[in-house]
Amino acid sequence: MADASLSVVGAPLRHDSAHLHVAGQARYIDDEPETPDLLHLAFGTSTHARARIVAMDLDAVRAAPGVVAVYTAADVPGANDVSPVAGDDRLLADGEVVWLGQPLFLVAATSRRAARQAARLGRIDYDAQEPILTVEQARAAQSLIEPTQRMARGDAVAALAAAPHRLSGQLAMGGQDHFYLEGQIALARPLEDGQVHVLSSTQHPSEVQHLVAHMLGRSSADVTVEVRRMGGAFGGKESQAALYAAAAALVVHHTGRPAKFRADRDDDMVQTGKRHDFVVDYEVGFDAEGRIAGLCLRLASRCGATVDLSPAINDRAMFHADNAYFLGDVEIVSERLKTNMVSATAFRGFGGPQGMLAIERVMDAVAGHLGRDPLAVRVANLYGPGRDVTPYGMVVADNIAPDLIARLRSDARYDERQAAVARFNAESAILKKGLALTPVKFGISFTTTHLNQAGALLHVYADGSIQINHGGTEMGQGLYTKVAQVVAQAFGVGLDQVRITATRTDKVPNTSATAASSGADLNGMAALDAAETIRARLADFCARTFGCEIDAVVFAGGEVQAGGERMPWATLCRRAHMARISLSATGFYATPDLHYDRAAHQGQPFYYFAYGAALAEVVIDTLTGEHRVLAADILHDCGRSLNPAIDKGQIEGGFLQGQGWLTSEELVWDAAGRLLTHAPSTYKIPTANDRPDHLHVTLWDGANHRPTIHRSKAVGEPPFMLANAVFSALGAAIAATCPEAGWPMLDAPATPERILAALARQRDGVRA
Amino acid sequence: MASLPPTAHVNGLPQALPDDPRRTLLDWLRHDLGLTGTKKGCDHGQCGACTVLVDGRRINSCLSLAALHDGDHIETIEGIGQPEALAPLQRAFVTHDGFQCGYCTPGQICSATALMAELKAGWPSAVSADVAARPNPTREELRERMSGNLCRCGAYSNIIAALEEVIANETTETGAPA
Ligand code: FES
Ligand code: FES
Repeated sequence: MADASLSVVGAPLRHDSAHLHVAGQARYIDDEPETPDLLHLAFGTSTHARARIVAMDLDAVRAAPGVVAVYTAADVPGANDVSPVAGDDRLLADGEVVWLGQPLFLVAATSRRAARQAARLGRIDYDAQEPILTVEQARAAQSLIEPTQRMARGDAVAALAAAPHRLSGQLAMGGQDHFYLEGQIALARPLEDGQVHVLSSTQHPSEVQHLVAHMLGRSSADVTVEVRRMGGAFGGKESQAALYAAAAALVVHHTGRPAKFRADRDDDMVQTGKRHDFVVDYEVGFDAEGRIAGLCLRLASRCGATVDLSPAINDRAMFHADNAYFLGDVEIVSERLKTNMVSATAFRGFGGPQGMLAIERVMDAVAGHLGRDPLAVRVANLYGPGRDVTPYGMVVADNIAPDLIARLRSDARYDERQAAVARFNAESAILKKGLALTPVKFGISFTTTHLNQAGALLHVYADGSIQINHGGTEMGQGLYTKVAQVVAQAFGVGLDQVRITATRTDKVPNTSATAASSGADLNGMAALDAAETIRARLADFCARTFGCEIDAVVFAGGEVQAGGERMPWATLCRRAHMARISLSATGFYATPDLHYDRAAHQGQPFYYFAYGAALAEVVIDTLTGEHRVLAADILHDCGRSLNPAIDKGQIEGGFLQGQGWLTSEELVWDAAGRLLTHAPSTYKIPTANDRPDHLHVTLWDGANHRPTIHRSKAVGEPPFMLANAVFSALGAAIAATCPEAGWPMLDAPATPERILAALARQRDGVRA
Repeated sequence: MASLPPTAHVNGLPQALPDDPRRTLLDWLRHDLGLTGTKKGCDHGQCGACTVLVDGRRINSCLSLAALHDGDHIETIEGIGQPEALAPLQRAFVTHDGFQCGYCTPGQICSATALMAELKAGWPSAVSADVAARPNPTREELRERMSGNLCRCGAYSNIIAALEEVIANETTETGAPA
């Protein structure tokens, strides 16, 4: 069997729903027709961050117009739990509240307005306690979601003591709201005999299925969860969607009526988790070149009130605290603080950005201290021969970072532009420019090994049309298109022959979340496995029927060639069906070669690394603290891209989202633990105007050294961290006002206020 | 003689406005008329997902009450073009991949449609150097004029590229700047 030409895979084919999106015909859950008996839901929520519930008087809620039912924890028939791992997220609070905004009771009403209005009428008596909100408070109380973790190699303290230069500093970085444009939503419907069907905007249908079943005291086989597409997710629908799905299922269970929970934007922002904010303390020892000899890094994150995915997220922060650099003797300590806030959760990069930003700050600070070009310091520290083992003991076998950086440096004219920026800054008193080039090395795989598996279900119909279903979910990343390309390629047919259907737990069971950038890697391979099963059956049928070798059967160009016979693909399918050949198959894939000893923090948690580098040029106004990103040049590694158009979109979108995290997106809580920035009026994500004036994306042209699906690489998360270049460039612009003072103490996000404060400190000569 | 019930024309068809004076234009379109192409992103006039055209001008339909639109001509994404007969802007969004998750897309396209009319009518923007002169559809102008439509997926480059292409085509067709 010859390989079909790479006509479908690797082509910049359009998104499978393109024609529907532009005409408003692509259906999201809120677009489903509503039946007259549909109930609309809202939560009554806590007004304290930490309290015992003394009494709940819900009479006024029940009496409000339109209200059909009101439920509390006592009405949950099974487990009152919507957590991904630890069993500690209540659907409805039971006895105590641990964060402000936590759901206490659930209102089902005939309209959304009626439900939301009634939800405010609950009278709750609290026995309030002092909440733990800040890093200092959590440290003082030793309030942790799990013991502090340590990853180390050699003797960092001794190496520090012996190093010719030493430097210490601190960097704080804020969290981030996902602000998926489609908010959290679930629509549950009763089926016969107590079964429930749930449409859920979730990245993890299997988990929602298990939680709903458990919550109702039923089996997984009684619950079907389905999602065709999400209007964005970014990690915010990995574990957070379960709350709304469970609420809708609970109402279906009690009323026998369909129920929809569509969270209002402000409620969504208050009720769902965000990216972890971090405080990083570092102490670094280095030589005159800036090469690191020893590093002590302390990462502390506020995880919120429950465990959620925080252990894995903080692990990933540790895994990426090396980024592309060999750190010598190193100690990375990670504190996972438990605070009375909504539980922090997955967000594109999953802790990676925080770890990576920490080491990039160390590089900049070292360069600032030595008065060297930060890129020279970065290059001096890259992994290389004899310096190729990560702090967790994995060999960096595919180290393309040095070549990739060198290429971007020359293509984007780093040195020339750095000189131009220096000239500009020498002549400009008020406006200052900054330029930085930073790399990305991101580990691909779930660090929890068993999650690295996927399934697919493939049907070929007798008319030659093909339906593919897999466990991955579509949130705009183009996964469905990529998997369809893989299937079309396997049969040598056009993409229009392949229909991708909604992700459903009754088609492919026991799936992992679509996360960790693994969607195409895992589901593409599972789909290919299924396609190869059917292709082998067809080839065997052809060989028998037309008297040729199996290897002489070729699927290409919408036709099948078998020895001297040649026929359209559809004709073969019809004939195979008449000959009673099964044209349906499942496929499965499990990523090989992964192992990790979490207690020792040693092993091989990743199958491979995805690389990239970005050069960013910014200008700041030293009077107002405002800035603009003038230019970004990006070179990114997608291996052999499955679809360059989709991948470029992911790269640009990821970069811009990272830029938002580091510049304009600021979450503010008050002293009581109330989130103040819960709408786009106060929480600023990038607009079309924030996109750099010049944004140039190029794909690296190498193949994956691992046998991934068509040698491609994952692309969902890595580009997010390309935006670290923006943050470094802002630091460089501030440093330019007073270079003798070293690298500025600039925290993220670099709002005008923070830039002004950093400028003031820089003037006063405070060293980073 | 009884007066006619308050009516708006939606995509060319007369539709009786709702009795409930608190019904937003967005909810009326989506829930009462089943025109779900218009999306709800924030319900507060801050994201642009609900953009529709009222007598050719773009508005956030979540901020407007349906009852105020007696006699108005409202155009939604469904009226701009259907999958089998797409408008030039919609086709350009397809060619340029002007979306990822697609949730902001109907709003972006409605907004861009009105933007082109505003340029034709000579409306200046905050970044126009000369507010009296005919605005030049530079990339900066387009980005400024599209900045009310958030796209969390960050598809802005391709959105602007789609818009540029349509404006350029119109200019070559008519010989006049758009
Ligand atoms: S929904 Fe109307 S502006 Fe966001
Ligand atoms: S395409 Fe997802 S918000 Fe714009």
